Amino acid sequence: MRNLLGHSSRRFKAAITFPLIGVALFLISNRVDELRVYQGANVAVYVVAIISIILLTGYSGQISLGHGALMAVGAYAAVLSQVYWHLPVILTFVVAVLAAAGFGAILGTAAGRLTGPYLAGTTLALAVGLPSLANQFGFLGGEQGLNYDVGLPPAWLGADFTQYKWFFWISALAALIVTWISFNLLGSHYGRNWRALRSNPTAAALMGIHVGRSKVLAFTVSSGLAGLAGALLAMTISLVTPSAFPTSLSFSIVTGAVLAGVTLLTGSIVGAVVLVAIPEITGALAAHLGGSEKVTSNLPGLLTSVLLIVAVLLFPNGPQAIMKRTRKSSQ
Amino acid sequence: MGRLLNTILIGVSGGSIYSLMALALVLVWRSTRVVNFAQAGQAILSTYIGYVVITHTDNYWIAFPVALVAGALAGALIDILMVRTLMKRAHSGPVAGIAPVIATLGLLGLIRAVVGMIWGGDLRQFKLPVSNHGFTFGHNTIPFAPINLLIVVTTVVVMLIFSLIFQRTNLGLSLRASAYQPEIARLAGIRVDLTRTIGWAFAGAAGAVAGMLVTPTNYLSPNSLDLLLVSGFVAAVIGGLESLVGAAVGGLILGISLALVLEYVSSSLAFPVAFVVLIAVLLFKPSGLIGAKRTRHA
Amino acid sequence: MSGLVISQLNISHGAIRAVNDLSFTVQPGQLAAVIGSNGAGKTTLLRTLSGLKSAHSGSVEWNGESILRKKPEDLVRSGIVHVSDGKSVIPELTVKENLALGGIWRKDKKDVALATEEAIDLFPRLGERLQQSADTLSGGERQMLAIGRALIARPKLLLLDEPSLGLAPLVIDQIFQAIKSLRDRHNLTVVLVEQNAMGALRIADIGIIINLGKLVASGPAHELIDNPSLRAAYLGY
Repeated sequence: MRNLLGHSSRRFKAAITFPLIGVALFLISNRVDELRVYQGANVAVYVVAIISIILLTGYSGQISLGHGALMAVGAYAAVLSQVYWHLPVILTFVVAVLAAAGFGAILGTAAGRLTGPYLAGTTLALAVGLPSLANQFGFLGGEQGLNYDVGLPPAWLGADFTQYKWFFWISALAALIVTWISFNLLGSHYGRNWRALRSNPTAAALMGIHVGRSKVLAFTVSSGLAGLAGALLAMTISLVTPSAFPTSLSFSIVTGAVLAGVTLLTGSIVGAVVLVAIPEITGALAAHLGGSEKVTSNLPGLLTSVLLIVAVLLFPNGPQAIMKRTRKSSQ
Repeated sequence: MGRLLNTILIGVSGGSIYSLMALALVLVWRSTRVVNFAQAGQAILSTYIGYVVITHTDNYWIAFPVALVAGALAGALIDILMVRTLMKRAHSGPVAGIAPVIATLGLLGLIRAVVGMIWGGDLRQFKLPVSNHGFTFGHNTIPFAPINLLIVVTTVVVMLIFSLIFQRTNLGLSLRASAYQPEIARLAGIRVDLTRTIGWAFAGAAGAVAGMLVTPTNYLSPNSLDLLLVSGFVAAVIGGLESLVGAAVGGLILGISLALVLEYVSSSLAFPVAFVVLIAVLLFKPSGLIGAKRTRHA
Repeated sequence: MSGLVISQLNISHGAIRAVNDLSFTVQPGQLAAVIGSNGAGKTTLLRTLSGLKSAHSGSVEWNGESILRKKPEDLVRSGIVHVSDGKSVIPELTVKENLALGGIWRKDKKDVALATEEAIDLFPRLGERLQQSADTLSGGERQMLAIGRALIARPKLLLLDEPSLGLAPLVIDQIFQAIKSLRDRHNLTVVLVEQNAMGALRIADIGIIINLGKLVASGPAHELIDNPSLRAAYLGY
């Protein structure tokens, strides 16, 4: 009974929290300059991408180094549905989710039978190879890519409502919806199955959880979210090209998820902010230190990698392990 | 018939390099149970060092051993500085299982960034050590060139040296024992940590050789070996990830099938074919085509 | 003090105390049987003696020198050799290679060759199967191989974890006789951990009975065998 109440009060809290966050974001977006608004949009895009990894790795125990490729699938699906079918923008996002989820379901069926290094290697192969495929098929636009236009902000938002603010609104709304859905998903029996699966696949199977199906489902949902993130990313640059989805994008998202703590949905915002802040920090650093273009252009990559290594070396068992330890020692 | 033979020869040459990369991955996998994604980074670093030597001495044959030693040192250093800590600290929790993968990934990014800082992102080219004009028989010139012969011969020599070390020396016995049963190896008095470092050094050397062999017919940039990493992984998986012979055979299978597809079907299908081969092997013959009895749950 | 001196040893297994305040001494050249049921802490004790596991507190000295916090590979070099449970051989290697592992770190290659011959003399079956993969051996043969490999290191203190486990009675007898003759011939100190209490105590000089990580009784092996209350409670007949 208590559980039931606790559950519904959590729902109630969420129902209040999410709109509140929305209002807060709206107010903030009115008070900061264009660059910050644009960065805000990027943070929202990364939040979606990082959550897709958190669901996959943190909950179902699978790893993907190829989510950048799944983002590309989503982005290309969105732009193709716009260019060739002239779908309205909102539907192109739906197409992005569905296409990436479908692709993910196929991949997940293969992946569900793989563990650890095999899955990592297979998805890495995807990240390295898939985006460059676009160069070889004319209708995908080659290296120049295809223009993706979500249109101007609607007139009723006022004349001073900028394009970047519109991007921010769309992506922030998407991020909020994705977070909310994920919270509910993880609270449902699917979420419980995934957790059981992650901590002990054999025990989970003995409890009657269909291990294969459960893993494929996680991969499918995660891929769908990655597809959405890809379409959002394409929106912010108004373009879909192979070079927008480099291997390093896949690595960045994984870095973000590791920094987020891999199992904390709310941590995704931390990971996303760090990812967006890195180019700015390194830019400032480079301006301060001087240094050639060679150095400056590689600073972000260096910083991301160092963060990743340090995070893994310092918290090889996840930040939660640290929290547990401090909690224990404080008792 | 001539066309088929030529295609196979080119496939053997390309496959040799995949075998070397696969060998590098297998050596680390056996000693540490980690697929070392940083291998592409280690190989690119070694190859750049080789490149520097070539630009100074104008001699590929001096650069080759230098790159090889640099690769071995880098491998050993990575094991000592990073892997050792990781092995001691990663136990359980949501990240522990994927920690080694993530760490090698971070390392790949780190090495790439450092290489980019030192040498920039421009594409560079090696002076060819031997000609890349095909051999001529009478009036026929075939695609297989001295450079391809060099690649195949070097690979065969490297593979032979490694098999001799593994099968005939005490060091090889220690390496195998530590790979199969680290605890029993320790109880027999083998310094398993040191052995693992040697495994990483060997792998680094093999990766460096792959980089030095593939670059003359290609170009050099901070991520020019990424695709080779993927091919090497596919080859290693075909070979079962455990065995040196498997790595060699896996590389050849992949090399020849890619060459056939490129020649007879379409040049745009190289990646999809490699990927489909990978998925097919993983789904239908998950222990690899060569030997290994173990399942893929490590 | 010489020999193996264990005093007030505590070993934790996560939250569980696997060995609790354990003290006993094995004189040089003695064969000590550590007896206890499943989960008594016997294997944990051996793993700590050989450096695979670290102790929580207490001390262990071998010939006056502390051996806690030393690595297994270093302890092997100082003559403490552990034959772990589960027929500790490497099935992927041949019998010959498994034997060679025992002496791989030793400088004196002549003595390694000699020790290998002695091991094969002791267990002639190994000699017949040198080129076979260890995978093809029976349980008893694997145990012979594991002990044979340990001998090639020229141990001074031999730690044996349940050598009789899963073997047929005839083979157990053979293994136990081999252990006894080793002790007699090479003046080895042996710690033999066993669930097969009677078999172990019959060849042992002293017995140590532990239960749930605590010492229950210790003393000359024949006295333990004759003690009616111990017989009923721990020796199982």
